[in-house]
Amino acid sequence: MPLKTFIEAIREGLREEMVRDETVIVLGEDVGKKGGVFLATDGLWGEFGDDRVIDTPLTESQIVGTSIGAAINGIRPVAEIQFADFIFPAFNQLVSEAARMRYRSNNGYGLPMTVRAPYGGGVHGALYHSQSVEAFFTHVPGLKVVVPSTPYDAKGLLRSAIRDDDPVLFFEHKKMYRSVRGDVPDGDYTVPLGKAQVTHPGTQITVVAYGLMAHYALEAADRVADEGISVEVVDLRTLRPLDKETVLDSVRKTGKCLIAYEDNRFGGYGAEVAAIIAEEAFDYLDGPVTRIAGPDVPGVPYNHVLEEWFMVNPEKIADGIRKLAAY
Amino acid sequence: MAVSSKPAAASKPGSHLGDAVGLTDDDLLEMYRLVALARAVDERMWILNRAGRIPFVISGQGHEGAQVGIAWALEKGKDWIAPFYRSIATCLTFGMSPRDILTAQYATASDPSSGGRQMPGHYGSHEHNLVSVSSPVATQLLHAVGIALAAKIRKTGQVAMTSMGEGSSNQGDVHEGLNFAAIHKLPFIFVVENNGYAISVPMAKQVAGSSVWERASGYGIPGVVVDGEDVLACYKASRDAVARARAGDGPTLIEAKVTRLTAHSSDDQQTKYRSEEELAAEKGRDALPKFRAQLVDAGILTPEAEERINASITRDVDDATDYAESQPDPDPATAMKWVFAEDWPGETPPPWGMGGGDG
Repeated sequence: MPLKTFIEAIREGLREEMVRDETVIVLGEDVGKKGGVFLATDGLWGEFGDDRVIDTPLTESQIVGTSIGAAINGIRPVAEIQFADFIFPAFNQLVSEAARMRYRSNNGYGLPMTVRAPYGGGVHGALYHSQSVEAFFTHVPGLKVVVPSTPYDAKGLLRSAIRDDDPVLFFEHKKMYRSVRGDVPDGDYTVPLGKAQVTHPGTQITVVAYGLMAHYALEAADRVADEGISVEVVDLRTLRPLDKETVLDSVRKTGKCLIAYEDNRFGGYGAEVAAIIAEEAFDYLDGPVTRIAGPDVPGVPYNHVLEEWFMVNPEKIADGIRKLAAY
Repeated sequence: MAVSSKPAAASKPGSHLGDAVGLTDDDLLEMYRLVALARAVDERMWILNRAGRIPFVISGQGHEGAQVGIAWALEKGKDWIAPFYRSIATCLTFGMSPRDILTAQYATASDPSSGGRQMPGHYGSHEHNLVSVSSPVATQLLHAVGIALAAKIRKTGQVAMTSMGEGSSNQGDVHEGLNFAAIHKLPFIFVVENNGYAISVPMAKQVAGSSVWERASGYGIPGVVVDGEDVLACYKASRDAVARARAGDGPTLIEAKVTRLTAHSSDDQQTKYRSEEELAAEKGRDALPKFRAQLVDAGILTPEAEERINASITRDVDDATDYAESQPDPDPATAMKWVFAEDWPGETPPPWGMGGGDG
C-alpha cells in the first residue's frame, strides 16, 4: 500500500469525495488559491473552481452558519476552521443551531455538514494555535466528534463524515500533518464513525487515547513492555458517539485504565470516559481510573521549555502506567 | 440606493388597485385574507393564554401587513424563508395552516414545526421551505445566506429571504452574513421588521444612525425603507428585490417600519416602558384596517367578499383551536429520537427510563 502523510490522506479524502459527489464543497479561510495554511486543500481550487472551493472572509460564524444553510438546500459543505482555537465565534452556530436542527424540527431538517479544524500543541503555537477544543463539543448531543490518528483512519473517517447526514466535527492534530505517515490504500474504503480500535493488544492496563496521544500511548506501551507491563491501547477515533463497548470490554479484561488526553485535565474528555468506566465496569477494576492530561492553565505557553512542560508525551504516559501498574 | 415608499394612491371604486404592482383582485383579496387570518390566529393565541390553555405567546400583531406583502413576492414551494418568532403571517403566506400554528402553541405531538419540542413561535416546515426558528436571534440570517449560496452553486433560481427585528439586526451574524452575501452577489433578501423596540429598549438606544436600511450602503447593496403597514408598498419592495436576486444582481436589505401592537410576549408588560399615547398612536398605523379600507375603496373587498372571508377565518381559527385542543402530547418514549438521523447505542436513556411522568 502507498505510504502517505496524515495531511496527504486528508487532502485525498477531500478530493475524492468532491469527485464522487458534486454537491460537496469546501469553504474556509485561505482554502482556495493558497490551499489552506497547512495545505490541506492544496490543488482543490484549481480542479474544482470558485463555486466549490470558497475563500471566505475572516468570519467563523459565517463559515459555519452558511454551511448550515447550504446543507439545508442540497449541498454537503466541508468547512475549514483555520485553527480549532478560532472556532469559538462559531460556537453559537454549532451548538445552538447545527447540533439542534434535527432534534428541534423533529426530523424535519438534517444537516449533512463537516467542520474540519487543526488542533493541538507541541508546534510552538502558543495559547491560540495549540488548543484542544473537543470537550466543548463532545458535551453537545447532536454533534459527532471525530479525532483520527492515522492517515488510513483520517481518510476513511473523513469520507464517512462527509457522507453522514448529521454535523460532524473533524479535529486533526496539526503536529501529525507531516510527521505521521502510514499506509493508505487506493480505492473507496471508509472507516465507520463511532467505532474505536484496539491498536495494541495487552492484558494488564488499558490506555484510552485519541489523536496524537494515540501514538504516544503506543510508544509508552513499548517503553513499559520491557519492564514487564502489558498495555492494551484503545484508539477511540470517534469521541461522540463513543464506542463504549470497546472501551469497557478492554477494561473488563485488564482491570485498570489510564486515559491520555492533551486537553486541560479538569472537565476534559477523559473525565467522561473515567466516569463511564466507574459506573459500568466498577466490579472489574483493580485500581483507580487515572488520567494523564494537559495541566490546568489557560493555554499552551510559547517558550519551548514551558511548552514541553505542558505537553503530554510518551514518557509522561509511561510514568502514569508504571504508577497504575503498582496497584 | 434608497426607495422610500409613499402610501398607495387612493383608488377610485372599481379601479384596479393592483395594476401598478401587477397584482390581480384575487391576489389582493387573498393577501387581505392572510393579513386578517394571521391577526385572528394571533388574537386567539392571547385568549387561550389568558384562559390558561397555553402558557406562552409571542405575537406578530402589527407585523402582518409587511409579512404578507413581502412573502407574497416569493415563490411558494421554490424559494426559501428563514423566519423569526413573530413570523406567523409569513408562515401562513408560505403554506402553513392555522392548525400548524395552533398545534405549536399547544406543543402537541402533531405540531409540524417541532413535535412539541420548541416554545411557541419557533415555527418551521421543510414541506413549505420554512427554516426551523431558534431563540438566539439573527443566527437564521446565515442560514438564509447559505441557502442562497447553495441556490447559486446548484443554479436552482431560488431566492432566500430572512426576517428579524431591528433589535436582532445588531448581531454580529448580520454583518458577517451581509458581507458574504454581497461579496458573492447571492440571491438573498434581508428583511428587518422594525417595530421600534428590542423588548423594552427603544431604537435610540439600540440602533446608531437611527436606521437599518442605510447600513446596506456599507456592503454596496441596495437598502430600501418602506412603510411596513402599507401592504402593497411592502410587496413592491420585495418584488423588486426578488427580481434583482433572480437576475443575479445580489442581495437587498428591506427595512419595513412596522408597529408592535402587543407586549413583547405574554411575559412582558409594555406599559412599563411605552406610554398610553404612544400605544394609541401605534394602533392608528395598523395595516389591517388600512388595507381593508384600500380594498373597500377600490371596490375589491365587497360586502359579500368580506363576509365570505370573515366566515372562513372564523371557521379556520375555531377548527384549528378545536384540533389543537384534541391533539395528544408527545410520548416521552420519542424524546431521544432525532438527535441524529439514526439511533446510536452511545446515547443511553436516563435511569428513569423513557416512560411518562406521574403527573
